[in-house]
Amino acid sequence: MNVVVCVKQIPDPADPGALDPTTKTLKRDGKLILDESDSYGVEMALQLVTTAGGGEVTLVSMAPNGEVSGLRTALAMGAAKAILVSDDALAGSDALATAKVLAKAIQRVEGADLVLTATESSDGYTGTVPEQIAGLLDLPSVTFAKSISVEGSTVKIQRQTEAGYDDVECPLPAVVSVTAGVVEPRYPSFKGIMAAKSKPVDTLTVADLGLDASQVGWAGAGQQIVSIAQAPAREAGEVFEDDGTAVEKIVAFLDDLKVL
Amino acid sequence: MALSKIWVLAEATDGKVTTTTLELLTKARSLADTVEAIYSGGDADAVVGQLGEYGASKVYTTGDLAGALPGVPVSGAIAALVDGGNAPDAIIAATSYYGRDIAGRLSVKLDRTVITNNTDLEVDGSSLVTTEPVFGGTTDVKTTFTAAGPHLVLVRPKSFVAESAGGGAAAVETIAVPDGGKSAGAKVITRHVEEREGPSLDEAAVVVSGGRGLGEQEKYALIEELAKLLNAAPGASRAIVDAGWVPYSYQVGQTGKVVKPTVYIAAGISGATQHMVGMKGSKNIIAINKDAEAPIFAVSDLGIVGDVHKVLPQLIEALKAR
Repeated sequence: MNVVVCVKQIPDPADPGALDPTTKTLKRDGKLILDESDSYGVEMALQLVTTAGGGEVTLVSMAPNGEVSGLRTALAMGAAKAILVSDDALAGSDALATAKVLAKAIQRVEGADLVLTATESSDGYTGTVPEQIAGLLDLPSVTFAKSISVEGSTVKIQRQTEAGYDDVECPLPAVVSVTAGVVEPRYPSFKGIMAAKSKPVDTLTVADLGLDASQVGWAGAGQQIVSIAQAPAREAGEVFEDDGTAVEKIVAFLDDLKVL
Repeated sequence: MALSKIWVLAEATDGKVTTTTLELLTKARSLADTVEAIYSGGDADAVVGQLGEYGASKVYTTGDLAGALPGVPVSGAIAALVDGGNAPDAIIAATSYYGRDIAGRLSVKLDRTVITNNTDLEVDGSSLVTTEPVFGGTTDVKTTFTAAGPHLVLVRPKSFVAESAGGGAAAVETIAVPDGGKSAGAKVITRHVEEREGPSLDEAAVVVSGGRGLGEQEKYALIEELAKLLNAAPGASRAIVDAGWVPYSYQVGQTGKVVKPTVYIAAGISGATQHMVGMKGSKNIIAINKDAEAPIFAVSDLGIVGDVHKVLPQLIEALKAR
């Protein structure tokens, strides 16, 4: 069983994000880390390979400046190798261009049975890339998987829905997006961290993938930001230290609103 | 200047059109001369009345999808309709499982970008301009399309208020679903509905949500008890849904439900961006958290820096005594 996991390397969500006033894109100049949302897919892939008794996990990522720190985290968890697409021409890429790049990179992985992604990234959260990748690769897809098992050439999935969940079956190869909470991601061991340093990362450019630079980045984006403005702020109200009168205050507040 | 035509991807549950679909139809009416809907259930006859009432002059229906996930067949049917001429200026769907799956597939078929997570739409000259809140809703980004239509747009629930147009039933036209080929094959075998008590998160005037500050799964009972006393819907942060304490249907936030109740009570929720996006539109917010620095206090009307394990039981007793 060979599994490809798409992972995004993002600015640390603990640091407040900012938009570059000139390019109007998310500033990504600091150190990037593995998007936590992607650690679930990595863990799921490792477990599926173990259950299958053979095969390997390959990571696919697109990031500026040859960034590999997030990839090293996933390699330390146990992925075998990675493909990184890094090219100045990719700056400003929209979700569709991102999917085109990832799909081309995935096609370089031989014998991939399953492609896993998160449901959405933590910094861009368009949530459309998994279906776009599937569309470009002409593969079936299942989004929002909260449990995955493989039986022969079929993947069985519990798919989260508004009302509960659906049992879904899908032929392999397929693209599946996994929710956070599908599995508990492992912490990389010291041995894993050391081993990750020497695992292969194949770094490619847009031209290496056979894509034209006009299809990606600013040139290929079908959208343009026209303005960025501070949203009307919500006024913070009163904040009290609970001195034993908290309940009184809450009840009075609710009374005023006539919801009791 | 208005656009000439918008298609809205309509969703319905048990023959009842979702509120979000009605919101989208209402907005679409103000942006375009003609609004039409795309529907993919076997019960089109049951929904054409509502869709027409809210402004759709025509409903294109694929009929029942026989358990297939909607992304491949519905995007295929829409792409065929677009290729057949008569394409709309924009195709609008909700930021929902259904909307995202179809829009993603459709963007590849039409080779068009999708602008997602929008909370507002306007027409400037002949361009469609979308508004997307970023950084937990502190910043609004307006975006427009640079390529020709149809423009693909996903809109967050509760971005608009649904208003009837008083229209009659929409005309119905059945559209063909092309063979999905290799990409077809994902099928729903069984559907599971997780029952929940009390009013729904979408409609409740009061919502009481719990987060990681509750400490353990058993303590969620405090949220449920308080919710019951207030005739409120119980909700949750993503952290405790991921931890498996409550089902996903309880989740309030960017990847869960967007709520705008009269009162939102956040207990033991610090206020991660992902959560705030789903509840910041509430008319009144009460927050209880032991960390005085928690971001939730920046948006709350009444903030209590205290222990939810003390405050919640006392509040429950006080309400019972009334």
